Amino acid sequence: MSTFVYMTRCDGCGHCVDICPSDIMHIDETIRRAVNIEPNFCWECYACVKACPQNAIDVRGYADFAPMGHSVRVLREEEKGTISWKIKFRNGKVKDFVSPITTKPWGKYIPKLAELEIPSKEALDSQLLYAEPKGLNIDTELPEMKKERFKQGVYY
Amino acid sequence: MITINPFSQLSEFIPSIAMQIFVVVMIVLVVAGTVIDMIHKKNVKYFFENAKKAKKQATRTVSAGKKVSIVIKTVASDVLTTSELGGKRRLAHLLGMYGTIIFWITSAIMIFNYSTPESVTPSILPLLWHLGAIMICLGGYWFWIFLRVDVLAEGNPWYRVIKADLFVLSLVVTATFGLVWSYLQAAGISGWDTLFLVLFILSNLVLFGGVYWSKFAHMFYKPGAAIQKHLAEADGSNENLPAPTDKPKQFGLGINREAPKHY
Repeated sequence: MSTFVYMTRCDGCGHCVDICPSDIMHIDETIRRAVNIEPNFCWECYACVKACPQNAIDVRGYADFAPMGHSVRVLREEEKGTISWKIKFRNGKVKDFVSPITTKPWGKYIPKLAELEIPSKEALDSQLLYAEPKGLNIDTELPEMKKERFKQGVYY
Repeated sequence: MITINPFSQLSEFIPSIAMQIFVVVMIVLVVAGTVIDMIHKKNVKYFFENAKKAKKQATRTVSAGKKVSIVIKTVASDVLTTSELGGKRRLAHLLGMYGTIIFWITSAIMIFNYSTPESVTPSILPLLWHLGAIMICLGGYWFWIFLRVDVLAEGNPWYRVIKADLFVLSLVVTATFGLVWSYLQAAGISGWDTLFLVLFILSNLVLFGGVYWSKFAHMFYKPGAAIQKHLAEADGSNENLPAPTDKPKQFGLGINREAPKHY
């Protein structure tokens, strides 16, 4: 599944661009509206769907398990602290769910990347990912699997 | 400067009829550009097909009176005060929008009624013309440099120009050149005033002639989309969106929306 944008609803505010963890929601250079630039890399996390103040983003299900005619839509009401889901099945059956918003504020658990130092070339070229190795709760380099510890029959 | 009708002064060099023909040509360009845009993008066709589809999913019947009241409310809220946008974007849009309307209307009135060397222009008209141009510049440059989503959310530099900038850029440049030309003409700085008049004409040609390529036509599409959105809310189809909850404020942890600039 991947997200797509209803162009008549989008007002190009940039909230989806800001929140997309896969960095695939961007602003179209011709019409200045949001667009999923790489649907293959969509995590289906629904972050952009929930963040969109205009409810302009929807998710397109693959036809094999989400047949035509279904719908999964979401409404996020910040002032109430609620997030509502409406699941519409192909046969017309509808299910509604309401949950509290549990998103954490920016900067509390999500790092403010704009305030951090730009990584050096060495850091970018290294195998370590962001916040590693500290984020793995280790002070050493990445753990390495010694060849002699491989199961018999596994060789690289 | 701001109480002088620049078109009246200009009529000493350019006949009034030429200016009037220019305005008519600009209107024709806008109409033609919008029609070609609609044919090419098929957006109007999509819009009506989508509206038909939404009607099938309606759970309530909306009376004609209710529809009229929704249209009036949408015009008052979404169109006249651009309530869809929030905060600074809304303010910048309102400045630009009303500046543009004032600028265009006063331009047309002065060109069609007071564009001869003998004509006596009521001072309110040139005053409003200059005010409109200043409002466009304030709203336009504010949007262009600080509020544009490419700058705010994408983190691109303000001077990066893309195709989507054609409308806003040609509009602010037109207003800027118009103001500079009016000042130079009123101050009698010959040569430079001709240069900025030419730039003013060229930027108008880009603005009105570029409708097919620019976002100019959004001013016609957006109100239609807003009306359809509110009609869909009223008839219960609401594009399959869940209904608003009846929970009290801060049912859960909640979170206040922040400006999208965490790149």
